[in-house]
Amino acid sequence: MNLRRLLAVLNARSLEFVRDVSALGWNLLLPVFMVAGMGFIFSGPGRPMFTVGVVGGAPLEAGTHPFLGLEQIRFYREADTAVAVPKVERHRIDMLIDLSQQPARYWINTESAKGRLLARLLRAEDPGAQAQTVSGAQIRYVDWLAPGILGMNMMFSCLFGVGYVIVRYRKSGYLKRLNATPLRAIEFILAQLLSRLGLILLITVAVFAGCNLFLHFRMEGSYFDLFLVTVLGAMSMIAMGLIVSARFTSEELAGGLLNMLSWPMMVVSGVFFSIEGAPEAVQWLARLFPLTHLLDAARAIMLDGAQLSDLKTPILVLVGMTVAFLALGSALFRWRPE
Amino acid sequence: MATILSVHGLRKQYPKVNAVDGISFEVAEGVCFGLLGPNGAGKSTTVEMLEGILRPSAGEIRFRGQRIGARYRERIGIQFQTTALQDFLTVRENLRLFRALYARGADIDELIAVCRLGEFLDRDTRKLSGGQRQRLLLAIALVNDPELLFLDEPTTGLDPQARRNFWELVRSVKARGKTIVLTTHYMEEAYLLCDDIAIMDHGRIIARGSPQRLLAEHFDDSVLELPLAALQDRPVDLQVLRKGEMAEIMTADVNGVVRQLLAADVPLDRLRIRPRTLEDLFLQLTGSELRA
Repeated sequence: MNLRRLLAVLNARSLEFVRDVSALGWNLLLPVFMVAGMGFIFSGPGRPMFTVGVVGGAPLEAGTHPFLGLEQIRFYREADTAVAVPKVERHRIDMLIDLSQQPARYWINTESAKGRLLARLLRAEDPGAQAQTVSGAQIRYVDWLAPGILGMNMMFSCLFGVGYVIVRYRKSGYLKRLNATPLRAIEFILAQLLSRLGLILLITVAVFAGCNLFLHFRMEGSYFDLFLVTVLGAMSMIAMGLIVSARFTSEELAGGLLNMLSWPMMVVSGVFFSIEGAPEAVQWLARLFPLTHLLDAARAIMLDGAQLSDLKTPILVLVGMTVAFLALGSALFRWRPE
Repeated sequence: MATILSVHGLRKQYPKVNAVDGISFEVAEGVCFGLLGPNGAGKSTTVEMLEGILRPSAGEIRFRGQRIGARYRERIGIQFQTTALQDFLTVRENLRLFRALYARGADIDELIAVCRLGEFLDRDTRKLSGGQRQRLLLAIALVNDPELLFLDEPTTGLDPQARRNFWELVRSVKARGKTIVLTTHYMEEAYLLCDDIAIMDHGRIIARGSPQRLLAEHFDDSVLELPLAALQDRPVDLQVLRKGEMAEIMTADVNGVVRQLLAADVPLDRLRIRPRTLEDLFLQLTGSELRA
């Protein structure tokens, strides 16, 4: 490993990115518009679907309890009220019912209009149900959404900014030119990773700080912790892009593959909506994506004030994914078209 | 003269074709060695193996007596036929980038002067003309002050003026004691620049020597060129080769042929007598036009 060579390539790639005004503008403006726009749209009447966690009372159908027969509501199973009640406090779910004892108990957030409406629907079916209201400071949707949008922007930038660019370099023959110098593959790969990491962190911090000026995000935890998980998340997603870019010469093929990765990631990793209560398969799929772990950790820090010690699992998963993807990407890497 | 590069039994086999079929040759230090051949002859494959970026199926390549290895790249310079550079970087930044990739190197200012990059040093490389771009690529190939320089069709696509300027540049590089391996489609270029050439076809070397010696070995005649129209209705007992609108007569006895043409009352206003060229040799040896 030769640091001088690595720094030279890192510098060249960073200059290219910064001078490409259109790409830079896109990376900066898109997330600002999305946070502001989505925050505005969804701060009003709320999300269109009701989500209710259910403790006890199997199976989840009308025969068990008439309330479970309402089709407009998505019911899902919760194991334990201790785990689920904070979700009501944080507005992650609209209601929690405990059917394991009689009469049924339910939790709603007094500050949630949806919760109050659900309580009326429940009492219409089961007048004896006992209210267990929680108040918990309300989390605006925008507080929940902002990490999602920033994470999504990072994901696109990491995957395409590395994956697509390296494929373009290979197709144009620039990689072949570099290969004719003493530059080693690992030096080139690390330079691409570090360049993109530095730039995406700068952009993300700038966008976060900018949006924070007028949206005043909720921040229960430490900024340092948030930064750390952001670094880990970005590295794992860049490394993922490196795998895609390791061999191909066709930008169309690489673009297709990157879309195939990024779109499911955007949908199931919980960028816009919580995947709480989604089918098992979707949750299982979500766990495969680094973005899910990044968003879980970031939201836990920002909304619940989690410490790093509470986040061992997502941190370990992100580190593991980074190492594994990087190793695979380096092993598969080719300077020239096959 | 010392040998800088020696190649022995070099072979490159692809599933259905022997691209390079066991060739051996040596390149002397300080010469310009030309590798010529029609498309598909195996010269690009050969050059890429010599450059150390393509692994041979068999055979060996020695640089100053040592098998080429990891350190070889520090000592050679390569100008590929087409090289993309990173977008949004200036000429100067590109030079610095490539200079940083080598342990030792040429003085950047001197390189700028030699390759005449001064007027467009701070221009984005995407805005260079063809000739300027080739000069930059040559400078990049020279950035590590290499002992051996590979030029792969460096003037393809340049206008005649830019091509001549580039030849001047190559001569001045050679005058600095560099050994050059050149591939080209242009026989004139090979004739003017190369001290030593090898003509390849079907993966083998079919002729080898200095351009002058090769021409002397294969030809003892000259070529008379006339417009075809001049011979119309004037039967002469000569072997005439049609080449477009022109007729070519190969002969070792120019006086005799001219006498015959005069006797047949052929107008000689547009007669041209030229010596045989590498182009003729190439055609004779490979049976194909260079670009065929």
